[in-house]
Amino acid sequence: MKKVLTLGLAAVMAATLLAGCGGNDKEAGASGGSPSASAGQPSDAGGKKRLAIIFKNTGNPYGEKQMEGFKKAVEENGDEAILKAPDQPTAEAQIQMIEELISQKVDAIAIAANDPDALQPALQKAMNAGIKVISLDSAVNAQSRITHVNQADPERIGRTLIQGVSEMIGGEGEIAILSATSQATNQNTWIEWMKKELEDPKYANIKLVKVAYGDDLRDKSVSETEALLKSYPNLKAIIAPTTVGIAAAGKVLTDKGLKDKVKLTGLGLPSEMAEYIESGVCPWMYLWNPIDVGYLAGYTAEALVKGEITGAVGEKFTAGTLGEKEIVADGDGTQVMLGDPFKFDSGNIAEWKEVY
Amino acid sequence: MEPRVLTSKKPLTLKGFFLQWEWMLVLLFIAVIVMNVNLSDYFWDYNNLRDATMSFLDKAFIVLPMVFIIILADIDISVGSIVALSSVIMADLYAHGVPMELALIVCLAVGTLCGYINGLLIVKFKELSSVIVTLSTMIIYRGIAYILLKDQSVGKFPKWFNYLGWGYVGSIPFILIAFAVFAVLFGILLHKTTFGRKVYAIGSNPTASRYSGVQVDRIKIIVFTLAGLMSAVTALFLTSRMGSTRPNIATGYELDVIAMVVLGGISTAGGKGRMIGAILAVFLIGYLRYGLGLINISAQTLLIVIGLLLIFAVSVPKLKWKGTGAKGKAV
Amino acid sequence: MFADAALAVGTGQGAATKTTISAKFAKFRELGLLAVIVLICIGVQIRNPSFLTWENINDIAANTAILSILSVGMMLVIITRGIDLSIGATLALSGMIAAMTVKAHPGLHPLAALLLGFAVGLACGMVIGFLVAKVGILPIIATLGMMNVFRGLTYEASGGKWVSAHQMPDSFKQIATGSMLGINNLIVIAVVIYAVAYYFVSHTRTGRQVYAVGSNPESAEISGIKTKRILWLVYTIMGGLTGLAGVLWVSKFASAQGDTASGYELSVIAACVLGGVSIAGGSGKISGIILGAVLLGILNNALPMINVSPFWQNWIQGMIILAAVVFNALVKRGIDRNNLMRRKI
Repeated sequence: MKKVLTLGLAAVMAATLLAGCGGNDKEAGASGGSPSASAGQPSDAGGKKRLAIIFKNTGNPYGEKQMEGFKKAVEENGDEAILKAPDQPTAEAQIQMIEELISQKVDAIAIAANDPDALQPALQKAMNAGIKVISLDSAVNAQSRITHVNQADPERIGRTLIQGVSEMIGGEGEIAILSATSQATNQNTWIEWMKKELEDPKYANIKLVKVAYGDDLRDKSVSETEALLKSYPNLKAIIAPTTVGIAAAGKVLTDKGLKDKVKLTGLGLPSEMAEYIESGVCPWMYLWNPIDVGYLAGYTAEALVKGEITGAVGEKFTAGTLGEKEIVADGDGTQVMLGDPFKFDSGNIAEWKEVY
Repeated sequence: MEPRVLTSKKPLTLKGFFLQWEWMLVLLFIAVIVMNVNLSDYFWDYNNLRDATMSFLDKAFIVLPMVFIIILADIDISVGSIVALSSVIMADLYAHGVPMELALIVCLAVGTLCGYINGLLIVKFKELSSVIVTLSTMIIYRGIAYILLKDQSVGKFPKWFNYLGWGYVGSIPFILIAFAVFAVLFGILLHKTTFGRKVYAIGSNPTASRYSGVQVDRIKIIVFTLAGLMSAVTALFLTSRMGSTRPNIATGYELDVIAMVVLGGISTAGGKGRMIGAILAVFLIGYLRYGLGLINISAQTLLIVIGLLLIFAVSVPKLKWKGTGAKGKAV
Repeated sequence: MFADAALAVGTGQGAATKTTISAKFAKFRELGLLAVIVLICIGVQIRNPSFLTWENINDIAANTAILSILSVGMMLVIITRGIDLSIGATLALSGMIAAMTVKAHPGLHPLAALLLGFAVGLACGMVIGFLVAKVGILPIIATLGMMNVFRGLTYEASGGKWVSAHQMPDSFKQIATGSMLGINNLIVIAVVIYAVAYYFVSHTRTGRQVYAVGSNPESAEISGIKTKRILWLVYTIMGGLTGLAGVLWVSKFASAQGDTASGYELSVIAACVLGGVSIAGGSGKISGIILGAVLLGILNNALPMINVSPFWQNWIQGMIILAAVVFNALVKRGIDRNNLMRRKI
């Protein structure tokens, strides 16, 4: 009987050891070869620096591309990248990951946050320990970070979407917004800017009838879209600034044959939306290159670690192939901008749908 | 005549003593520590080990009353929502000018009330299993939290509040001390009081207990109320750890807590299990996650490891004790 | 046979001499649930006249089809006093594997994709069945553990990528959007499965044995029923149905993600319990779970349509579920009281 126990324990130990050391190219720096050699070394001055990125959740192609970009930037500088993402998109899980990184005495943390405020105490602890903290994509509040890497100005995103939709429906009609969760800060910021844009008198004939929340769940986004279509039979367009929402709305509109009656736009992954852009259900949509976002974040983190910048407004640094970047103000914090949102339409979707 | 005992105790042999579930947990724990030390140089460091507990102990407070609930052969999946609701109400009050100390007490009161409602519903409607009652209240309580805070977060609590989740007494984390105190209290309640004996009795055989004069209903209500109270305690620590709160905090906590209790040897069929087992399970899973996190293992691998660990830990005794399995009751 | 007789008595087929209204309700316990559904429909229709249109009903049916297929499997599991928390993960795994296969081999016949998903789900179900029946692990733990494992496997299999609409051949997407004789495929499949399930549960020996095992496992064992095999069978069926549902899901939404259907198991359990399946085991009717699934489907469809703030949706949904189960409980008390009164002491 005791034999069974010991054998079992040995099996569990072996399994977890294998799992831990197992080659998985996302565990850069922690896997492959002797665990004690690479995973354990605290970085000393002059040695390889270790910069970490935490994304919102795992299994997300958008996030994977950002992490890829980050890793590329860090490795171009001769340092080591650590990639982490929790299996559930919660702030609690990210707090644990921050603690784990503090314990490993990393040099920098770049985080795409699941909650702008809930990570503050944890990130402040990291900063007090000498770790450079930046956020990317989904920001944390200004007290939790040194600076933020923004894919595109939220004001430009909001305004561009409204301008685009207005063009699609000829300047008049009812529109609705299909968002992600009600708690997502990015979403709420963009929606606010959309509403501000709508105050302009040239959109006097466009009416925003509803903001629906699909929670980034396929089935819920589908239900909400169907409800919108039924509750507002005169709906002319749907704006969905979320990758899951826009794809779900695209499917619903396709299935119901509403291609010419209701237009669709928003922010979506080219791979997910290729079908609907090619069919015309979605005339065009926007996004940005997540690889570039990660890449810029990598260089920003590197610049901070090397002491080239301190995160103050007006500082400039070179971000590899992206050229020179400047730090600008952002509320009571600072940020670095990638550029303008990129427009995807039937002309270029074919080349981008395989990339991400 | 020999005095009658409530539980059947096998004669204490050395082999019997060491084959207990809790010893297996100890061995597993040691195995996990050894493995972690080998995997990362950062593990065996007092500061890190100490700070690791601050991460995983916040939900451990719920584990303590959950042990009681599962011994009763019931379940409570609304605990995560109770955490969210208590936290949200506390924050909402604070945002409207109520002093933090008072808001804190209200948080505890809200949690207790939610737990009490759970217990009341379960006891008044015996046709309804605890699963469906707590499933409904899970949705309802979180629903109320959403109605209150909508898409806002509330933060900027007074400095002393931060101490709960991040502070130390000397060099020991405050949360660890708090947990230790509660663990001892609940352990005494379970193992050294008649209340605890009654809980075991009800879990083993509710009908017989009722006919023996045990006030089953009252005990159930008390136990569920305690779960609500401890959920509110978790809310305090979690809110302090995050420095802010929203309606969507603590999602998924219920499954984590249940996993820890079950891993601790408390069978969901009722009537069995010891508090120390659950406490060991908390540290076992906590340090396993932390250690694997230190080598930055991918989330999917971690999922598989934890899943396999759970299954393995539960199967081993089954393979040995073929005769004394679960009694085929409930879930 | 012993078990069969026990069952006959248990499900209340005895002669009824005097019946009160609540007893009549209870005999068709589903009528109570039906009443709740009708009330909700009327309520929503008043607020939003486009609710009871043919198109909307079609949407509700298509959206509920997957939920109802899963409810059949879950009902069998719950009847045997078990529970299956892993169906979300199994669904994601089978859907992902089917989608990836179809992406790599676009010429694959849709039926083959369905079979593949079914096979994956079947395998998952067999593993859980083994753990529960042979090893003797409690269902909640076995399924909780395997839920993590299957989800992890889904992420690993997908390599962090999603399978998108443009990578799926039309034939695959047609599985969920196509229709036979004017009725959506999903609904047809669901109806077929219900027909088979009804036959299995009411008219086959094995089906009745499932109830026996749940009702009283010890008596069932003694009366010669192979309890272990029945348990293993039940989880395998659940797995197979989940695998099938996975392919249907991925086809319906034209997308396969790693985190598909996370948490969906709770909806399925809710549908079953709403439909009168007792967690204590031993009882549950097909008609009940149809109504349970329909109620949930209507709730999911109706809540966005009644134009309340989305922040109220959760609370309303929870209250309706609680009200429905409390109502059911009160109704059941009615029958029990009547049965007791009718006894000749």
